[in-house]
Amino acid sequence: MATRTISPSRGPAKTSGRDRAERRLALRMTAPSLVIMALVAAVPIGYAIWLSLNQYSVRTAGLSRFVGLENYINALASQEWWAAFGQTLLFAGLSVSLELILGTAMALLLNLAFKGRAVLRTVVLLPYAIITVVSAITWQTMFQPNMGLVTNVLSMLGLPGGDVVWLGEHGYAMAVIVMADVWKTTPFAALIILAGLQVISAETYEAAELDGASKWQTFVNITLPLLRPAIVLAAIFRTMDALRVFDLPFVLTRGANGTESMSMLAYTQLRENRLVGEGSALSILTFLTVMVVSVIYVRFAGGNIRDVAKEEQ
Amino acid sequence: MSTLIAERPTAAPATARKAPKRRLRGESKLHPLVWVFVVAVMAFSLIPFYWLVNTSLKKGASLSQGELFPSQPTLENYLVVFQNPEFLLALRNSVIIAVVTTTVALVFASFAAYALARLKMRRKAMILTLILSVTTFPAIAIAAPMFSIWREIGLYDTLLGLIIPKLTFALPLAIYTLTSFFKEIPRELEESAYMDGATPFVAFRKVILPLAVPGLATTAILVFISVWNEFLLAVTLTTSPEARPVPVAIAFFSGTSEFDQPLGTISAASVIITIPLVILVLVCQKRIVSGMTAGAVKG
Repeated sequence: MATRTISPSRGPAKTSGRDRAERRLALRMTAPSLVIMALVAAVPIGYAIWLSLNQYSVRTAGLSRFVGLENYINALASQEWWAAFGQTLLFAGLSVSLELILGTAMALLLNLAFKGRAVLRTVVLLPYAIITVVSAITWQTMFQPNMGLVTNVLSMLGLPGGDVVWLGEHGYAMAVIVMADVWKTTPFAALIILAGLQVISAETYEAAELDGASKWQTFVNITLPLLRPAIVLAAIFRTMDALRVFDLPFVLTRGANGTESMSMLAYTQLRENRLVGEGSALSILTFLTVMVVSVIYVRFAGGNIRDVAKEEQ
Repeated sequence: MSTLIAERPTAAPATARKAPKRRLRGESKLHPLVWVFVVAVMAFSLIPFYWLVNTSLKKGASLSQGELFPSQPTLENYLVVFQNPEFLLALRNSVIIAVVTTTVALVFASFAAYALARLKMRRKAMILTLILSVTTFPAIAIAAPMFSIWREIGLYDTLLGLIIPKLTFALPLAIYTLTSFFKEIPRELEESAYMDGATPFVAFRKVILPLAVPGLATTAILVFISVWNEFLLAVTLTTSPEARPVPVAIAFFSGTSEFDQPLGTISAASVIITIPLVILVLVCQKRIVSGMTAGAVKG
C-alpha cells in the first residue's frame, strides 16, 4: 500500500491521446492470455456442463443421449459421492488446520534471528520442491508394515502402531495422507505467514513493550490480529488446493479404505468406468464445492480479501 | 533483485528488512525449548528424504527387514531405473512439457502482467479476479471435457495435448507473480523513457523487461516446479509411455518392474527426479521465497 502513496503519479503532462494509446496497448497485451485461458478453461467447463447432461460413454463411441439432470440426481443419491465429499472435507479441514498452526509456529521461528536461520529456511523449503507423487511414495515407504521407518521404530520402542497395516485401515490411511500433505505444503503456509510477520512495524512491538505486555499478551493481542490477513490468505490457497486433492490418495491407497476424494471419484468414473456423462457431472459437482467454499471464505473473511483485491488494482 | 530493492523509494521494504533484527529479542541466545523446536522442524523436514534414499540403496532381505541403515548398500536399483526405457521416455516428456509450458507462459504472462501492473485499463479489477479464479478451478473440471475433446481431435495422449491445458493453469500463476514484481519497479524509469519519446510498449521492452529479469527468473522457477509436479491432467490425458510425464510413470512403476519388491526401484527413480529440484531449491532459495510471497501480503 505504501508503494502506491509514495510513487509519483503520472504528472499533469499526460494527454488523453496517450491515455487512449495506453488503454489500447493494455488490451492488446492482456488479450493473448485471456484468450488462451478462455479457450482452455471456460470452453471445456461449458462443454463439461453439456456432457454432464448427457449419457455418453466411450464404449458407445460418441453416441450420446440427453438425459437432463439424471447424472446429477444419480450422483447426489449415491453413497459414493457423499463418502468422497465427506472424506475430502475431512482431509481439507485436518490438513489445512495443521498446516496453519505449524506454519505459524514455523514462521515465528524463521523470523527469529539466530545462527543457522538460513540453514533452517532452506531445509524447511526442501519438501516443497519434491513432487507430490514422490512425497506420497516416501510416506508410503515409511509406513510399510515391518519394513517402514515409522512402523519399525514404533515396534522397537514397543509402542502401539508398529504392527498396524497403516494404509489398510481408514483412520490410519487418512492420517498418513494428511501427514504427507502437511509435510509437503506447510512451508508454503509458513512463507506466506512469514511475509505477513515481516511487515508488522517495530514500533508496534516497542509500544507494547513500554506498556509492559508479556510475550504471550503481545502475541495474542498484537501479532495474531495483525497476521490475520496473511493467515487467511494462506488458508484460502491451501483449502482450494486440499479440496482438489488427487495425487496423494491416488498413490497411497488408490482410493481404497474410504480415502477416495471428489476428484478421484470423478476420475474413476471417467477413465476406469468410461462413463463420460457421470464423470463430468461429478467433476462439475467438485467444481461447485470448491466455488461454494471460496464464496464462504470471501463472506467470512471479506475485509481481508477485499483489501487484497484493492491492493491488486 | 538486491539492487532493485535498495533503490525502491518506499517505506515498506525498509521495515521489512529491519524486521528480523527487531525481533532479536532473545538475541542470539535462544531459549533451549526453541532449539528443541528447531531440531524437531529440521527432523520433520529431512527424515523422509533420508528414508527415501535409504530405501533406494537396499535390495532383497535388507529391504524387506527395513534396516535403519543399509548394511549392504547397492546402486543396483539406480541401474535398473536408468535401463528402463519407459522412465527415460517419461523424463524426456517431462522436460519438454515443462520447458515449453514455462517459456510460453512467461512470454504471454509478462505482457498481461505489465498491462495489469502499470497501464491504464478498464475493468482491471474484474480481469484480475477472473484470472485468479482460474487458479481455483479443480483440474478435474477441465480434465473431464478435455478427455473427450482431445479424443475427438486427436490430441489425446500427445505432448501438445498436455502442454495446452497445463498452460491454462501456468498462466494465472505467472501473471499473478509477475504483476507484483512489475509493481516493485520504480515508475520514474518509465517516466524518463517517455520523456525521451518512447512509446509505452518500447518503454516496457527496453526499460522494464531487462529490469524484471530477476522476477522473470523467479516466476520461471515457480511455474516449472508446478508444471513438473502436476499429476491429474497428466494421468487423465495420457495412456501410453510415449506421452506420459515422470509423475505418472512413477505412479505406475510398480506395474512395469519385474522385481518382486519394486519399492527399491521406485525409491531410486524418486531420488533421481528429486535431486535436480533439491539443487534448484538450494541454489535459488531466496528467489523461490520471494516468488511464493510476492504480492501475497503487503501492507
